Amino acid sequence: MAREDWTYVCEVDELIPDTGACALVNNEQVAIFWEKKSNQLFALSNFDPVGLANVISRGILGSLGEELVVASPLYKQHFSLVTGQCIEDPQYCLKTYPVRRIDGKVQLKISKIIAR
Amino acid sequence: MKKQKVLVIGNGMVGHHYVEQLSSANLPVEITVIGGETRPAYDRVHLSDFFAGRKPEDLALTTRDHYHQIGVDAHFGDPVVNIERDTQKVITKGGQIFHYDKLVLATGSYPFIPPVPGAALPGCMTYRTIDDLGEIRAEAKSSKIGVVVGGGLLGLEAANALKNLGLETHVVEFAPQLMGVQLDSGGGEMLSRKIEALGVKVHTGKATQTIKKGNNTRLRMNFTDGQTLETDLIVFSAGIRPYDQLARDADLKVSERGGIEIDFNCRTRDTNIYAIGECASFGGKIFGLVAPGYRMAEAAVSQLTDKPIPFQGADMSTKLKLLGVDVGSIGDALGKTPGCIAYTFSDQRAEVYKRLIVSNDGKFILGAVLVGDCSDYDSLLQFYLNSIELPGNPESLILPAKDNTASLLGASALPDSAIICSCHNVSKGAIIGALDAGCCTLGDVKSATAASSGCGGCASLLKNVVDEEMAARGMEVNSALCEHFNYSRQELFDILRSKEILTFQQLLDEHGKGHGCDICKPVIGSMLASLWNEHVLEKKHLGLQDTNDIYLGNMQKDGTYSVVPRVPGGEITPEKLIVLGEVARDFNLYTKITGGQRIDLFGAQLHELPSIWRRLVNAGFETGHAYGKAMRTVKSCVGSSWCRYGVQDSVGMAIRVETRYRGIRSPHKIKLAVSGCTRECAEAQSKDIGIIATENGWNLYVCGNGGMRPRHADLFATDLDDETLIRYIDRLLMFYIRTADRLQRSSVWLENMDGGLDYLKAVIIEDKLGLGEELESQMAYLVDTYQCEWKTTLEDPEKLKRFRHFINEEIGDDQLDYVQERGQRRPATALERKHHKESNPHRIAITELSGRS
Ligand code: SRM
Ligand SMILES: Cc1cc2nc3c(=O)[nH]c(=O)nc-3n(C[C@H](O)[C@H](O)[C@H](O)COP(=O)(O)OP(=O)(O)OC[C@H]3O[C@@H](n4cnc5c(N)ncnc54)[C@H](O)[C@@H]3O)c2cc1C
Ligand code: SF4
Ligand code: FES
Repeated sequence: MAREDWTYVCEVDELIPDTGACALVNNEQVAIFWEKKSNQLFALSNFDPVGLANVISRGILGSLGEELVVASPLYKQHFSLVTGQCIEDPQYCLKTYPVRRIDGKVQLKISKIIAR
Repeated sequence: MKKQKVLVIGNGMVGHHYVEQLSSANLPVEITVIGGETRPAYDRVHLSDFFAGRKPEDLALTTRDHYHQIGVDAHFGDPVVNIERDTQKVITKGGQIFHYDKLVLATGSYPFIPPVPGAALPGCMTYRTIDDLGEIRAEAKSSKIGVVVGGGLLGLEAANALKNLGLETHVVEFAPQLMGVQLDSGGGEMLSRKIEALGVKVHTGKATQTIKKGNNTRLRMNFTDGQTLETDLIVFSAGIRPYDQLARDADLKVSERGGIEIDFNCRTRDTNIYAIGECASFGGKIFGLVAPGYRMAEAAVSQLTDKPIPFQGADMSTKLKLLGVDVGSIGDALGKTPGCIAYTFSDQRAEVYKRLIVSNDGKFILGAVLVGDCSDYDSLLQFYLNSIELPGNPESLILPAKDNTASLLGASALPDSAIICSCHNVSKGAIIGALDAGCCTLGDVKSATAASSGCGGCASLLKNVVDEEMAARGMEVNSALCEHFNYSRQELFDILRSKEILTFQQLLDEHGKGHGCDICKPVIGSMLASLWNEHVLEKKHLGLQDTNDIYLGNMQKDGTYSVVPRVPGGEITPEKLIVLGEVARDFNLYTKITGGQRIDLFGAQLHELPSIWRRLVNAGFETGHAYGKAMRTVKSCVGSSWCRYGVQDSVGMAIRVETRYRGIRSPHKIKLAVSGCTRECAEAQSKDIGIIATENGWNLYVCGNGGMRPRHADLFATDLDDETLIRYIDRLLMFYIRTADRLQRSSVWLENMDGGLDYLKAVIIEDKLGLGEELESQMAYLVDTYQCEWKTTLEDPEKLKRFRHFINEEIGDDQLDYVQERGQRRPATALERKHHKESNPHRIAITELSGRS
């Protein structure tokens, strides 16, 4: 059975504009970005499916055309911040998570698989 | 089918070209090479570079190993002394016997020594082989005065060498003028004047009668006119003679003036024997240049295929810089064609002389002579080679250009068949083909076609052709940095500097669009650092930093980091070594000596970096900037403090420059090295900046590169004192930082620079652009504002906050996986990880948060 909930991650002012941070939520590594010009938060899986390491949060943010993207720090593929889709190689798509700011706090929605 | 045995005698430039062409033609042949010199073929054309520090290996065109790899059986140092045509075998001096089906004579030529009594005395030398140059250098050490006998091309080249070796230099020429083969008397005179102005004494119309031991000097030359000249060494460069004795003994036909006679097929009168290169005579003529030899080699190879191509003679036009004087000679330079018309232009003040020979109908160029200004050479040569009809007033071709008198030939006017690079026979058509096939830079075209990789004389014409072609096909080199900025890196640098812009955001708002990206952000971050030198982890710059800079470490394949403290000049105390060992042990870091004379500790997690660096900084280490496009390392050899050959304190100088330039961010990384003597143990000639000690100071080499496309550094200036050395490096690095492209190493920067090395020298040494002081003060600013990025970071809790894997947990990455190998750990491979998972499905990771201190 799956239950969906907003989970507290950190204070908004712990994030630094135009960079990312990684949160551990329910055993999942989630990269959270604060894109400054659009003033939006985005959350994606922190695992780089090409480089096979937990590094997405350390990528550079930017735009390609209209698409807001993060570039993997390992081999520089771009992933859409909105959809998680890899621009260079359609076979890769990062999991995305709903994320919000509320009362100066950052919250994330994660589908918890209640196991055991 | 039985393989034909092809035997090549002589492994000079042409013999080698033959072997390469033949072996890549994939014919059923067995190739054997017998070279009379002890070393495989080398670049004789650039022989003089030997004196500029090039080693025999640098001049090598091939190696024994390479020949071995391509299946060529090669023997060196044992010349052939006899050819037995009836049994089809050759015999060497050492008694080896080789059979052949086809024999190729590529024995080249040797310097002619006039039959003057005394010409064999010690101190009398020639200028033809690497060994010759080695002897000249050795002899020059104990000499003050040097004479070159012979005022032709090679003689003047030899004179230049003697002058650079620091000798008082004289040129003695039998004929009434210099370079009588290429220049008319007006050109010869102008050349003499220019060379004399450079301090070389020219004696024309002088015949040497005897050479005797000197009184105060080693030798004395007595001339037929009764005069004498005291000297310590004499280099004979009075023409070449083909090595044709083998052919004479074997009763092959030899031309009247020497040289083995060949036909259009490069065949001698024995149909199994070919002759190519400088030993061959075609139509009674010997070609003393390498390009015609290459054409012969290609023609001779083609005879073994079903598509034979004839050798049709070759053009002997040449363009050279002799003793710093530009000299060009095209076609019938002496105007011997009956009925020809000559135009002469002479400017005594600027010391320029030009002469143009045209056909009697005024329509075609037959020849030209240029002294002091060769800028028209390329155009004139193309008019000549391609028989392009002249404009109404041919004289305009050599008159100084007035505004808008576009008399000269643009590259676009050339037919596709025009040969652009005669060394490698590359036509304009071939260059267009390379562009069609996807080349999009000059460099691409060079590597695809080999154009301009021989004598280099075609470089500017090649560039014109490539530029015009690219422009024509709208390929106009788009220098815009990325979709967010419509400016090149250099333009952006100027904008940042002149408008004193301090942040990316401001630049984007005022001069860009969109949000920026992983191309423009790091470049601009780097330029801001080069200009204003603020800490790269300042909040306003943080989002700009690339993978490595943003955590001040190099990211490894598993997302962990490496730690590389600076070890200036590679000098390290035992205490510091021990600290490195202890830190590595305590944090369980994989440890390796780098190729840059320092020590790399791998596998640190984000949260461990501050504790590791705290210990290192406390022990007196600084960051090594291994993560930055920045000044990296200064490699040194031990130098005069210990080494018995060292002539300067190379370690001291290395530490001085490393300390001066540490941390400076640049378009790409910058590496330096300092060697204590010419043995060059620090490999300075492979660095962006190479410094090599001399008896009198330092020689400066610039724009070398290791890596994927190695480039030997160019000699930039010699015998500098410490301060001048630093000043030149200051200027050079700053000029590079200002003008290079993104991720462009200094080697590529120089190669793409209009005017090349000479221009760079003009800017840095002569301060042609008047930038010198500005560059120096910009560098001084960077030196003054240096901070160890790690030290500052450790002092700032805000900056330190980011050094953790999770923003909400105090643990490291929970999914790292290692295996032990040779006593240390390394990241598990994908296969090993899978195996680990299967054997222990609940395993999360093996990471224990090691070594907190
Ligand atoms: C550690 C080291 C190899 C070693 O175990 O010895 C090394 C490791 C790396 N080299 Fe290197 N290079 C190392 C010496 C060299 C050398 C030798 C030297 O400096 O004398 C060269 C050739 C010399 C040269 O640069 O001209 C060298 C030519 C390269 C290149 C090719 C550059 C080129 O112009 O072709 C790259 C790729 C690049 O920079 O784009 C590169 C890139 C790298 C990177 C940064 C790749 C990366 O992005 O992760 C490696 C990461 C370093 C790390 O994690 O700490 N490394 N690399 C050496 C560190 C030296 C140091 O103390 O800082
Ligand atoms: C200082 C200098 C500068 C030059 N500059 C230029 C230039 O700018 N442009 C240009 O086009 N040309 C230049 N040249 C000329 C160019 O080097 C020659 O045209 C070219 O090297 C000829 O090549 P080759 O193979 O015919 O002869 P070589 O290069 O002389 O090679 C012949 C080889 O055969 C060997 N050999 C001879 N006899 C025997 C034997 N019996 N058995 C075995 N081996 C034997 C010799 O030892 C030699 O190694 C220059 C030459 C010199 C010396
Ligand atoms: S380069 Fe010269 S001075 Fe330096 S270590 Fe080698 S031999 Fe000694
Ligand atoms: S003409 Fe010599 S390299 Fe092109």
